[in-house]
Amino acid sequence: MTTPTESAVAGGSPLMDDGGEGYRDGSPAGLRARAAAVLRRNGVAAFGALAVLIVVGSLLWPSFHSADNLRNTLLGNSYIGIVAIGMTLVIITGGIDLSVGSVFALGGVVGVYANNNAGPVAAVLATIVVCGAVGLINGMLVGFARMAPFIVTLATLFGVRGLVYQITNAGATTYSVTSESFFAHLGTGTIATIGIPIFLAVALYVVFHTVLERTPFGLTTFAIGGGEDAAVLMGLKVRRTKVTLYVISAALAGIAGMLQAAQLVSASPIIATGYELQAIAAVVIGGTLLTGGAGSLIGTAAGVLLLGTINAVIRELQLDSTWNNVVSGAFLVTVVVLQRLLIYRRND
Amino acid sequence: MSSPAAVVGPTSGLDRAAVVRWARDNGVYVALVLLIAYNLIFTPRFITPENLNVQLVLCTRIIVVSLGMAMVIGTAGIDLSVGAVMALSGALLVQFSSFPGGAAIALALVVGGMVGLLNGFLVGFVGVQPIIATLAFLFAGRSLAQLLLSGKNPSIHNESILAVSSGSIFGINGLIIAAAVAVALVAFVMRRTNFGRQLLAVGDNSRASYLSGVPVRRTLIGVYVFSGILAAWAGVMDTASITSANALSSGLNYELFAITAVVVGGTPLTGGRVRVVGTVAAAILMQLLRSTLIFHSATDAISQIITAVVIIAAVYIQRVRARA
Repeated sequence: MTTPTESAVAGGSPLMDDGGEGYRDGSPAGLRARAAAVLRRNGVAAFGALAVLIVVGSLLWPSFHSADNLRNTLLGNSYIGIVAIGMTLVIITGGIDLSVGSVFALGGVVGVYANNNAGPVAAVLATIVVCGAVGLINGMLVGFARMAPFIVTLATLFGVRGLVYQITNAGATTYSVTSESFFAHLGTGTIATIGIPIFLAVALYVVFHTVLERTPFGLTTFAIGGGEDAAVLMGLKVRRTKVTLYVISAALAGIAGMLQAAQLVSASPIIATGYELQAIAAVVIGGTLLTGGAGSLIGTAAGVLLLGTINAVIRELQLDSTWNNVVSGAFLVTVVVLQRLLIYRRND
Repeated sequence: MSSPAAVVGPTSGLDRAAVVRWARDNGVYVALVLLIAYNLIFTPRFITPENLNVQLVLCTRIIVVSLGMAMVIGTAGIDLSVGAVMALSGALLVQFSSFPGGAAIALALVVGGMVGLLNGFLVGFVGVQPIIATLAFLFAGRSLAQLLLSGKNPSIHNESILAVSSGSIFGINGLIIAAAVAVALVAFVMRRTNFGRQLLAVGDNSRASYLSGVPVRRTLIGVYVFSGILAAWAGVMDTASITSANALSSGLNYELFAITAVVVGGTPLTGGRVRVVGTVAAAILMQLLRSTLIFHSATDAISQIITAVVIIAAVYIQRVRARA
């Protein structure tokens, strides 16, 4: 009945079309626009704020730039950092993945269960397969059934969290590993005093940055966000790419959850609530546009580190940790408003 | 052979579109009737006046929040800050509890409106996407509430605040009246005022609205202010019913519940349409569905999974409309 082209052209209305077509009109000085685009693209704003924060922090507190502090901050943010990779890719296509927090919890439970029954290799494989299956559901509903990503992944946010509660009997069944096991070492182990999750996070950033910037798959990802209809007309594999991206996002969230479960030597069903929002915040602060078509993983890394450093500063100030969210929220608004003022000229 | 098929093809296509449109507009009512019928037959002691009253009271807060959300979604936006505004509103009631009750409630509503003003300013004037503009306050609002309460859950003793929940008129629970007032207000605004029409115009096509003289920015600000005030009102109701302020649990995840109710109620996420009665019916449907499952001793986990299926089904129906 419906040819791929037809179905792809017919829908595809992004949830939040705020009329942001202002940037296409040529009136603002081209040079400034181009400079702003470069700034935005690589999250230079986020890196700048990060540098300022680190310098100020180091001047105020000698312990701030200590190796310990750095290691802890990096380790604590490597999980959300891995989640933010998938989120960035999905957001570049103009989509969103709200299910990552729930999938993170699922990854922990599946990883620990598989490890205890079949060993660490099975744990990694099972986590990728089970969480990837959730991503497959998201991707099929978004890519083929053409439903709004926001709603599809909102549904899986509920559904997967429910599933996690169900298999843990609402937390009554504990899933834990012995702290000497190889699996636990994935989370607690160190190489040259640096935690293994940090290495894995960095490696994943390198791999996916290369995929995004250097492969046809990455180009297709940008093309979908830039204009889905055009991408279809160019003959790009839009639907297949979308499905793959949601699978990647879910698999990465699951792996991150598995690593954190390894670090904590147990899986918790209530972990990672709200991670989807933290990841989105980091991605946006890093300069990736929610409207799709522009963004970078370097920027996202800056966003994650910036939010993590704010966290560390608040710890250093010995403030109530609830201030974290207040400052992060204020930062998010500031960065987005600045981006907006710097880059767009509203023409309405 | 081929010509009847050619005639039947388009006709059945039209029928299908009509059926789908009917299902989208009335699906929530059908589901509600079916659920009640199921319970009449299979769940003893479920459909009793007492239990229905309890169920209705339980979903009053979601109804109030959902109505504000429906208006925002009508402009093709979204308001993630509502749950945080509820928590903040409860925390403010504690701060103001030495005031006369009416003044304390009014102040909480004013602050809710100010949060909406901030959201609306970011969306309407600065041009930030609604999801991000309101995400910021989702982070900040609940933490502000926690800081205001310094981690405690103080009880409220102010009689007039508590009366929102404990009072009753003609035997009808105060919370039901509080929600009914909100429903009537939103229905009036959407059906009888210029603002309501402008809201739909902006949601339908903000560019065209602007060009035809609709005050787009002012309308957007108004919508978010409305949503903020309704969320604060839900926070007052919540605080009055549990007789204490709890920054951690009050309104938690309400943004998601509200979006669910709006979507299941048949309001399209693309804007231009707001279904007030459908939203109320959907909020009641989700509540009844959940308690039906609990009556049949399903766990909360199962009910979350079923919620997910209901959302997908509701949006699937809308999707077909979008293509037809």
